[in-house]
Parts: sequence; structure tokens; C-alpha cells
Amino acid sequence: MVEELGSNTEGDLIINVGPQHPATHGVLHLVITLNGETIKKVEPHLGYIHRSIEKMCESLTYRQFIYVTSRMDYLSSHINNHACALIVEKGMQIEVPPRAQVIRVLMDELTRIASHELWWGAMAMDLGAFTPFFHAFREREAINEIMEETCGARLTMNYMVPGGVLEDLHPDFQRKVKEFITLYKRKIAEYDDMVTGNIIFQNRMKGVGVISAADAISYGCSGPTLRGCGVSCDIRKIYPYELYDKIEFDEVLETAGDSFARYMVRIREMNQSIRIIEQLIDNIPEGDVQAKTKAVLKLPKGEFYQRVETARGEFGIFIVSEGGTNPYRIKFRSPGFSNLSALDHMARGSKIGDLVAMMGTLDLVIPDIDR
Amino acid sequence: MNNEELKTAITTLLPTGVFEEGGEWLNVLLEPSDWLPFALQVRHQEALCFDYMFCLTCIDWKTHLTMVYHLSSTKYRHNLVVKANLDKAKPDIETVSHIWRTAEFHEREVYEMFGVNFVHHPDLRLLILPDGWEGKNPLRKDFDDPVNMIKL
Amino acid sequence: MDITTNAAPENFPGQIQELPGGGIVLSKLDDVINWARSNSLWPLTFATSCCGIEYMSVAGAKYDFSRFGFEVARASPRQADVIIIAGTIVNKMAPVLKRLYDQMTDPKYVIAMGACAISGGPFFYNTYSVVKGADHIIPVDVYVAGCPPRPEALLHALISLQEKIKSGMTREQIKSANV
Repeated sequence: MVEELGSNTEGDLIINVGPQHPATHGVLHLVITLNGETIKKVEPHLGYIHRSIEKMCESLTYRQFIYVTSRMDYLSSHINNHACALIVEKGMQIEVPPRAQVIRVLMDELTRIASHELWWGAMAMDLGAFTPFFHAFREREAINEIMEETCGARLTMNYMVPGGVLEDLHPDFQRKVKEFITLYKRKIAEYDDMVTGNIIFQNRMKGVGVISAADAISYGCSGPTLRGCGVSCDIRKIYPYELYDKIEFDEVLETAGDSFARYMVRIREMNQSIRIIEQLIDNIPEGDVQAKTKAVLKLPKGEFYQRVETARGEFGIFIVSEGGTNPYRIKFRSPGFSNLSALDHMARGSKIGDLVAMMGTLDLVIPDIDR
Repeated sequence: MNNEELKTAITTLLPTGVFEEGGEWLNVLLEPSDWLPFALQVRHQEALCFDYMFCLTCIDWKTHLTMVYHLSSTKYRHNLVVKANLDKAKPDIETVSHIWRTAEFHEREVYEMFGVNFVHHPDLRLLILPDGWEGKNPLRKDFDDPVNMIKL
Repeated sequence: MDITTNAAPENFPGQIQELPGGGIVLSKLDDVINWARSNSLWPLTFATSCCGIEYMSVAGAKYDFSRFGFEVARASPRQADVIIIAGTIVNKMAPVLKRLYDQMTDPKYVIAMGACAISGGPFFYNTYSVVKGADHIIPVDVYVAGCPPRPEALLHALISLQEKIKSGMTREQIKSANV
């Protein structure tokens, strides 16, 4: 494995980071070629959590494959399930009732906040500060309680089904979400004091891991990685799905293209998600939460593609159907796969100590990459 | 540009392209030998400017393989789907990893899962599967694994 | 000399007699060692997939496992006592897990957390790359069910492991008792 890396000059050091490592957010194996402390090449070795999901889904029905997408990018599990439900509804022309649409958008935005909270806590822990981790989990536990009452699970909830959502909201949902919003608004100012405004964090993130907009587009980056370079790419704005064309929110863009820009994009996205939740929480329409569908779902013959904006970027599902109850070929376009391919480009020439800051701002979840 | 204008623009570039009906985006089917010149044209032409490749995959129909490329433009926001049929005995196609850098990883994945050989790829080897799985091509329909796969 | 008062804490296996000029501890050495070991188990940071997030929640402030002695999660296997296998084990990761287990120093204990580590979980059928249960690779002491298990379930498993150690019934202890 080491001999295949290509030309190494005399004095190069090749080290392994991972697969078991506290800072790699999962099982990622990086083989880094160093000259002193300067990185010459970063090569990711994947596959340590390859669970052959695409092959497995060829034997699952259209109601069954939803649980698998929860476990791919488990921090935005609602959003992944949303994509599955949308693609089946698109193929079978099912109309979703308005109450279910509002519930889906609310759950999506709560999941986005929870995912960014964990990203923030884990990133600060990687850079050496242990306290923000506990603060982040305090907010995340508040969201997990809300999810648990309605959906039944804290992490991998299979709540969205083709036709709507599985169960109606818990009676306490509105009150608890409003309490969460007040808690969050008090605490977000703490985050700015502790981490964002801290001179040590700023020096460790500004100017580190710079990628230009043209390179990021060529590498297929999406989500906050691309928005940190100034390219407008939010799927909720460009190819809106569900109710996003009727809700007011801003797309957050920064132009610097470095780690600090990506960090600020995510912090401001959390505020935009709160804005969306505030617009919807008092206006949930009445009605049923699931449209009547046939018991056995069969997509017509053809190809379908659905894209959604998860917390990491653009998640896409591509289904080739032969008219049966199982998909003939299903491909999951994961955001982390393309974001990771830009890591080598960003890291060349920097010091090894900056690698962790770069990986932290890319927000990788490895099961999403390996599928 | 909407689908009609894209259709006329692409017919001028590639008269032999076959358009498939149905589906929300324009689907073009072309020969594997036409792929690289067509890719350079759609990437660099000002009016088309397809600079973002968001999905690269392969489908195994039991008689042949089909490569599917999904392209989009960050400037004009139009989408295009390009397909190419490959022979199962000798699946060769030119790489586009020098045009869209995201294709490097995606093509490595298609190589290990389906066995497609990408000509002139800078580094074609296994990405996700462990060592020793060259040639096994798990996502093909004739992948045989009597221990794990249950045929219902 | 008053030999009827016992100055030991509640769950200490034995008796302590306070005497002027010192005290006497009356117990079996095995019991005292097991008591000390079980109250200070340091886990290895090993999380492959979704169960890792519930493991991190247990490390957080709401469900806190450092009050049970799992204070520091060590990154190096040489310094850890217990490995909590949180997540799916696949064919490529199996040799890595075995190597980590071999590097851990005795006495070491294993907890299989989540359905994937117990038996392959939701990825049991039609997958060519998943190891159907972590106990094909290393011996396991406690199994926790759930997908992912609730933090309270993981705390119950940690306490069960502590009780198993105190009663001398883990694989490690049975093996070393028979030698």
C-alpha cells in the first residue's frame, strides 16, 4: 500500500491517521506524506464502514429502504428520509396533505440545528477546547427530547413515509419548540463569546484550508463548503421542494473560502433555521398527516432523481425502476464523498496541525461517504 | 435554457446523439467514443457552461452496462443527463477527471463496483472495497456470493 | 477494643476495624481488587457509526458516565480498560478491531453496543461486507440491544459490567481463575 503512493523524495515521512482516532469523526484512514511538518499529499483510504447499502436496497421494497438512509448520514436522518419519501411521491404522483408538509419542514430544520450543534461541539473539541462539547450537547438533548416524544426515537427516526408522516404531533410539541427557541436565542450569544470571538480559534481557522470557487465547483463540493467560497448553491432556494419557496429565509454566503468562512456559514445557518421554525410553528394547518396510498408501492418504469439540502450539502437519490416493488438500481449521491475529495487540494502546503481544523470545517460523516 | 433550447444546442454539437423521452431533464445517449469531445464542449462553451457534475454512476442491464453522468450549471441552473452504453466484455470509456475533478473518486468507485475501465485515469484502483476484491465487481447483477446473498 | 463497629463504606466488600494506631481490613484480596477495578474503567474512544453519537451523549452532561468511574476516554488502547464497540464492523475494519483488542493490556473487557455489533443488525441480509456480529472477532462480555440503544440502556450495560466484574464472572476472570 505504501509503495503505490508515487514519487517520494528522500526524507519524506509517511504517517497514518486513523482509522481509530478521536478526531476523524468516524473511521477515516488518511495516509499523509510529510516533509518535516509540511503536508505534501493527503490520501484518504475509505471503506472501513462500507455496509454495501446500494446492493442491499435492491432487495428491499420502497417502504423498507427508508430506514437505511437514516443510518447513512445519521446526523441529518430526517432530511435523508425526506428525500426518500419525496422520490417515491414524485414517481407515483402522490399528493401530500399540507399539515404533513409543514411538519416535515419543521422536523428538517430542527435536525439541521441539531447537526450543526454537534458539528460545533466536535470541532471545538478537535481544536482542543472541551467545554463547548457539553454546551452543544445541552441544546442537542433539548431537540432530542422533542423528537423522541413525536417520532419515538432520538437519532434514527423513520418518521417520514411516502404520503406524509407516520404519526401526528405530540400535544406538547408547539410548547416545547417555543421553549427551545427561547433557550437557543439566549445561548447563541455564549457561542460567539466562547469560540467565534476567541482570538485563538480565529487564528487557527483564518487563512487555513483555502479553496477557490472554481476548484470547489470542479471538485463537486456542496453545502457550506461551497457557500463559504461565495457560490450560491442552496438546494432549498434553487430547486425548491416541499414548502421552501413560500418561506422567507436568506441563503448565507461568505467569500473568503477558508475554514473560518465555512464556520461562519454554519453558525449563521442555524439562525436562519430558527427563523424558518418561527414562521411555521404557529401556523400548522389542521388535517390528516398521511395521504392514502396503496399498500404495495410500485414505481413506474423509468429513472428518477431527487435532491435535498442536508446539513452537509446536496444529498441525491437516483432510482432506476423496472416497474417492480424493488428498485433495480439505486445510487445515493452523498455530499461527503465530494467534499472529501477536495481535502487533498486544500491541505497541500499546510502544516500537519492545520489538518484537523480543515477536516472539522468540512464536517465529514464517514458512513455517508462509504455507504 | 429550458429543455427545448438545450436540445437544439446539443444537436448542433453532436448530431448523432439520441434523445430519450420522459423524465424531468434532457437525456442524451451517445457513443463512448464521442464522450470526451462532447464533454469538453459542454464544459467550456459559454452558452452551456456545465461546470458542476453532481452524479456519476453505472447501471447493469444484464446484456450491457450504461454509464450515466448528471451535469448541471451553476450559472444558468440547467441540468443534463448523458448516457453511454458499454459492452460487457470490454467496458472502456475515456475519463473526464481532468475536466471535473470530482470524477476522480466517482470513477474509481464505478471501476471497483462494475469493472468499467476508465482510459487515462490518473490513479485507477480500489477505493472502498478491501484489498483482494479486484475483479469481483459486487454491484453487477451476476455477482455470486452464496454465503451472504439470499435470492428470494 | 471494639470489634463490632464496621467503618467500611456501603459497598465495600469486607470489614474495616478502626483501632487506635491504625486499622485492620478484613476481606478477600480478590474481592477488593475487583471492587477497585470495576469502579475505574476507562473506555477506549472507538465509534464507527450511529451508535457513536449515543455514546457521545452518554459522555455529555445529561447522562454522565464519569460519575460511574468512566472518567477519561483514552485514545490509546494501551491505556484503556474497556472497549465499547459502537457501530457496525465490516470486513475491512475487522483486522483493525482485532489489533486494537490485542494491544489493550489485561484486564480488558468488551461491550457490544447496538444491534450491528451484536449480530450485524439491520445489515444482516444481502450484504457482502458486514461482519454479522462483533463476537466473531473478539470475545464480548455485555451486549446492549437497541438501534441505537438509549443512553440509559448503555448506562445499564456499564453498571452490569461493573457488577459482573465484582462477582468475578467475566471471561477474563474465569480464564485467569482456571490457570
